[in-house]
Amino acid sequence: MKLLLKGRIEKSTVGLLLGLSVVVPALNLLLPADSPLALSSFTVSLMGKYLCFAMLALALDLLWGYAGLLSLGHGAFFALGGYAMGMHLMREIGPRGVYGDPVLPDFMVFLDWQELPWFWWGFDSFFFSSVMALLVPGTLALVFGWLAFRSRVSGVYFSIMTQAMTFALMLAFFRNEMGFGGNNGLTDFKDVLGFDLQADGTRSVLFALTALTLAAVYLGCRRLLDTRFGSVVVAIRDGESRVRFLGYSVESYKIRVFVYSAMIAGLAGALYVPQVGIINPGEFQPLNSIEIAIWVAVGGRGTLHGAMLGAVVIAASETVLTGLFPEVWLFALGALFLLVTLLLPKGIAGFARGASS
Amino acid sequence: MSLLMAVAMGVRAESFDEILESFPSANAAERRTLLQDLAATGDVRVGTFFEVIARGALYVDRRSDTLVEGVRKGSRYELSNWMTGEALGEAGRRDVRRVPVDNQLRGELDRLLATAQLSAASAAVRRAAIQRIASNPSAGALEAMRQRQGVEPVAELRLELTATLAIASLAGDDASEMRKALLTLSERRDTAVRAALVNFLARDDLAPQLTVQAQTLLDRIEYRLRVMGRIESVFFGLSLGSVLLLAAIGLAITFGVMGVINMAHGELIMLGAYTTWVLQQLMPAMPGAALLLAIPAAFVVSGAMGWLIERSVISRLYGRPLETLLATFGISLILQQMVRTVFGPLNRFVVTPEWLSGAWTVTPGLTLTYNRLAILVFCLMAFFALMAVMRYTRLGLHVRAVSQNREMARALGIRSARVDAMTFALGSGVAGIAGVALSQLTNVGPNLGQAYIIDSFLVVVFGGVGNLWGTLVGAFSLGITTKLLEPATGAVLAKILLLVALILFLQRRPQGLFPKTGRQDAI
Repeated sequence: MKLLLKGRIEKSTVGLLLGLSVVVPALNLLLPADSPLALSSFTVSLMGKYLCFAMLALALDLLWGYAGLLSLGHGAFFALGGYAMGMHLMREIGPRGVYGDPVLPDFMVFLDWQELPWFWWGFDSFFFSSVMALLVPGTLALVFGWLAFRSRVSGVYFSIMTQAMTFALMLAFFRNEMGFGGNNGLTDFKDVLGFDLQADGTRSVLFALTALTLAAVYLGCRRLLDTRFGSVVVAIRDGESRVRFLGYSVESYKIRVFVYSAMIAGLAGALYVPQVGIINPGEFQPLNSIEIAIWVAVGGRGTLHGAMLGAVVIAASETVLTGLFPEVWLFALGALFLLVTLLLPKGIAGFARGASS
Repeated sequence: MSLLMAVAMGVRAESFDEILESFPSANAAERRTLLQDLAATGDVRVGTFFEVIARGALYVDRRSDTLVEGVRKGSRYELSNWMTGEALGEAGRRDVRRVPVDNQLRGELDRLLATAQLSAASAAVRRAAIQRIASNPSAGALEAMRQRQGVEPVAELRLELTATLAIASLAGDDASEMRKALLTLSERRDTAVRAALVNFLARDDLAPQLTVQAQTLLDRIEYRLRVMGRIESVFFGLSLGSVLLLAAIGLAITFGVMGVINMAHGELIMLGAYTTWVLQQLMPAMPGAALLLAIPAAFVVSGAMGWLIERSVISRLYGRPLETLLATFGISLILQQMVRTVFGPLNRFVVTPEWLSGAWTVTPGLTLTYNRLAILVFCLMAFFALMAVMRYTRLGLHVRAVSQNREMARALGIRSARVDAMTFALGSGVAGIAGVALSQLTNVGPNLGQAYIIDSFLVVVFGGVGNLWGTLVGAFSLGITTKLLEPATGAVLAKILLLVALILFLQRRPQGLFPKTGRQDAI
């Protein structure tokens, strides 16, 4: 343990996540429902959702905070991971759908499709789907990054082009002909690996799994940044030309960090879908991807734990505010964008660090 | 007007109603004459009346000796006014008498009605009659057409008559008539003739020579229609291009020249559109004048908003493009929600003034709507005005100086901060003007701006940042390509393909179509 964990922040972040993975399921499963401390299954899934967002923010922080590349299309990688898992959950419904077709999901029967399209093959296997949830976003990032970084697209151009990418994917997934459920997306899931998705136990396990995965991914990113690779990435952010002149292949470093980040986003999406119970093309909206950037900016970019904190704080306040005053939320979010960029350029984490030193 | 007509008819013959009064008591022979008289009145009700008779639904109500429309329900009849369809209750079998009709009478009715309409005084009525008969020809009506053909004074209608008759004889059995008809039609290029030819070629009793003749004609028509379709696509492309250009030229200034990423650009367009709506609400009697007034008003409103944004936010973030992007995105969210709170979430309808509605029919099969034409012209005017401002005014000179070398410009006494604010206000004002134009094409709602933001950034980057001509070429080439793709792929897929192509193009040539040459600060 000593070897793995370095520094106070790292210890407390991992400790908090491990603690959550035990305490939250315990409060849900062991306490009677009328106890004041008991958490409903709904709350557990909501918290699981926030942790998925935290992982997504972590992915963007790795890219933006450490490599200096602001992707405004990270929602696309998240959604692709989600779709991969959603496709598996669709296949697992089997003959229990409304139309009772043993192979075809309901929406395909509805559209009068005769057989499963080739890109749905293999998704009946959980393992294959999990691999795809990482591989598809990773491959897209590889191709996109290879094209972009090779011709030295950077800065705002990279941001605008990633935004165009997620916009194009959104339009594509809205089409019924694509074979991903069109407008409605994938939903009505029944169970995962044989466990009922509505059951309290399954939800608690999914939450614990999310918390543990997040802790692992966080530590993985930390250790990655400690390596020589991490140092070169940060060096590229601060002085790209110098690193290039020192003989490093800047492009391959950028591509690698972009691919890692996209895969983390895909993993977050795959954990998100079973807990939320739906994935639809709305996740590709450019607005969603920009929101991720604001989570990271608010939390403090280039810190990892700050990005995670920012995601949880903003996503939770969105739930509260849209419930209480729906009119106010966009004002609040807009004001947050302004205040953070103008007054808190280092985010909450930077502010806290400044106050403590 | 109606008085004049009544007088004219009174002189010529009895009125429709008077003839109708003697109808119930007439015998079969008398009825024939009465029908001819009725047709001769040219009354608009003749068509309906004849149609009711032809259906065999006209009855005489014996109790009141009036004409009614009846439907048999078992042993009873449901009556209604033959003209208005208003229900008149039920009647027993003995209360009503049907006006008998046979095929001969039906043909006669057709001929009478057609003759009456084809010889009407108004050319519009005659044109409508020709179209009606062409869509559903009957022997009687065609006979009437044949008679009218020689005396029709309007050349265009004469051609229509000939064409309709020719199409009809294609359906007949006489080979020499068919050959003549094909010759007559050889100059026509419209869809009606195409449909007739397709039907004609589907027949299996044709001489090979006729088939060849018809096929050649059909090929020629289809080629012509394809060309027309292309021209129309290009026009729609130009129209889409003008919309893209309008949305993008403001951005070409703020992003292209100044290097500021303004994600709230779309919302400045939206403010311009709402300004138009507000002005039309303030002067409801004159929507056209309000629209014209909205052009300077929207420039001022959006320009002032732009100035405010630049002074309060953007000026603090120069040199930090990603932060500018996020901050202006925050502004766009606030502006959207503000508009939603003030004006409500529903779309507002901006009135199109009379002089912008309607369409210009270039040839049959090619119509261009006035509002799209006007926006095309307007967008070019706005573009060249902006070019002139940048090239010939003092402000333009200062803007170019600051964007090329800020330090040197400052050393020469240009107040760069003021120039920044003015430039940004100018670009924002142009966005407002774009909103006025867009209010004529799309719904005015809080999300209006979002629809254009990604497109306009891509247009600017595609054309080459900092190059106004590039923006022009970029907008029109994207617009035309989209519309030429659409017939083959559908609208959504065309958009996706174009986005993908654009992303690939920009990754090969990040500097766009027309890169800015010379020294420039990196952004």
